[in-house]
Amino acid sequence: MNEVRSVTGAATSAATTHRRTRITVRGMALGDFVLQNGTLLIVIAVLALIAGVFWVVLASSMPTIHQFGWQFLTNQAFDPDHNSFGVGPAIFGTIVTSVFALVFAAPLGIGAAVFLVEFCPRRARTSLAFFTDLLATVPSVVFGLWGFLVLAPWMQHSGEPWLKLHLGFLPFFVGTPRGVGLLTAGMILTVMILPLVIAIAREVMQIVPNEQREALLALGATRWEVVRYAILPFARVGITGGVILALGRALGETIAVTLVIGNQANKISPDLFATGYTLPSVIANQFGEATPGLFRSAVIEAGLILIVMTLIVNVLARLLIARMGRHHRVGGLVA
Amino acid sequence: MTTPAALPATPHTPTVLTAPTEPIIVDAQHLNVSFGNSHALKDVTLPIPAKRVTALMGPSGSGKSTFLRALNRMHDRTPSARVTGQVLFDGQDILGPGLDIVQLRQRMGMIFQKPVVFPKSIFENVAFAVRVQGGLKHAAIADRVEHSLRQAALWDEVKDRLRQSAVGLSGGQQQRLCIARALAVEPEVLLLDEPTSALDPVATLKVEDLVRDLAQTYTIAIVTHNLQQAGRLSHYSGFFLLGSLIEFGPTQEVFERPRDKRTEDFITGRFG
Repeated sequence: MNEVRSVTGAATSAATTHRRTRITVRGMALGDFVLQNGTLLIVIAVLALIAGVFWVVLASSMPTIHQFGWQFLTNQAFDPDHNSFGVGPAIFGTIVTSVFALVFAAPLGIGAAVFLVEFCPRRARTSLAFFTDLLATVPSVVFGLWGFLVLAPWMQHSGEPWLKLHLGFLPFFVGTPRGVGLLTAGMILTVMILPLVIAIAREVMQIVPNEQREALLALGATRWEVVRYAILPFARVGITGGVILALGRALGETIAVTLVIGNQANKISPDLFATGYTLPSVIANQFGEATPGLFRSAVIEAGLILIVMTLIVNVLARLLIARMGRHHRVGGLVA
Repeated sequence: MTTPAALPATPHTPTVLTAPTEPIIVDAQHLNVSFGNSHALKDVTLPIPAKRVTALMGPSGSGKSTFLRALNRMHDRTPSARVTGQVLFDGQDILGPGLDIVQLRQRMGMIFQKPVVFPKSIFENVAFAVRVQGGLKHAAIADRVEHSLRQAALWDEVKDRLRQSAVGLSGGQQQRLCIARALAVEPEVLLLDEPTSALDPVATLKVEDLVRDLAQTYTIAIVTHNLQQAGRLSHYSGFFLLGSLIEFGPTQEVFERPRDKRTEDFITGRFG
């Protein structure tokens, strides 16, 4: 007993006399000081970068902003020959193709994720999940080429005529089947954002606690009811976040869309067979030829509008997720 | 773990069993459960009398929860699980083919160690169980919810905040909500898997009082590692050790005159 006490006593006195002298800056250990201020610097750099990009884009768009004002958003012509610029059809095309993709990719992706997480035999699950993830890594230009070489011709000769024949009474399927156009672009986007939706939906469903499933099963719920009442409500917030993320990707997707959308639009019409433009495809198509002045300014302003659109989508998504999260704060991942 | 064949350390000895005098509602016979190579439950024969509390006790890993989960076929969810033997529920073998599992689980409610509330309102947590069962109209559902909450001795505490999230309830209230939810399905048997081990002493007593009340109407099987709880609550007790049922009989006999040395060691606190 005595011995123990003397040992601790020695240790304490040693600690007081031989305490390491640390370099401190304003009372903070040097390491902490460097870490705190270094990371702060990085954050400031990122913010500065964003501000810089926004500033350059805004400044470079000034000529068309002065010239056309708000009409730039609605004007249907993008005509360098007559110095008349507007991105109405491009905004329309961007929204139509992205919403189209979302409408199909969200249920398909969530459904696929439900199957993978809840019903798929364990062994098949890993490889199936691997392949869906692989789909996400395919470069978008490859999707574009596939769309242009395979999907578009098929749509022209089979898909669109069939739609016209059977659903021609709808205003969406009335034009001449061309293969390239809003519909094909929307389909390519669907395929492209599908793996993203599946991956995120799968992740958030996997973190639904197993007890929730068992508690429901113990009440005599069927597996469908488990999905309906335990999995989906729990994963709802995360899935919504994933879907919005996918929408953001669809809005900004450039090369694949450029290859299959036709890049021609003189007026806005509900016909999905019509060729069209999206904001990114306008930029990709025109920037090479954009001579300084109004033309270049118009192309850059298209980029500005795209930035603002994605910003709005993201802010709305945050608000939506925050609202949903407030009600059920248990689990669920906010993407 | 080792294979069943290589378990000389605990040679299987037949259970010391005093059969209940009451009618048996769930009758497990030669029940074996294994997960891959691990033999979790070894040839367990255990009769559960109707409208009595049967306690399943034993140290951690003794197989008591494994036994309980076999009764409502929860092991179906584990691909490596293999269940053999017979469990007669009202004379029907629930391990047999063609059994309606959904119906079985509605007749045998289960409460877990950690209270599992759904991220919904208090009302919805219970109403939802009624809806899963189906067949009731809107007004009838509300009645059933109230009745179940009253049965679970929770009504007075939550009647003014039925629309609030169940997540905000205390642990003990959540567990009673889970019991209310299970009762709403109108089961015959309640399987309680260490229902109080995550609760504080006061909440534990409330749940125990509730169990005692419910035993008038329902058959209850409760897994517990708490000896006092088994002694306080149960009419019959089974003692599990390393996957085997060592002794089963009326609680008073098992506690006061254990016939197996290992039961005696456990009861007197020499291990476990």
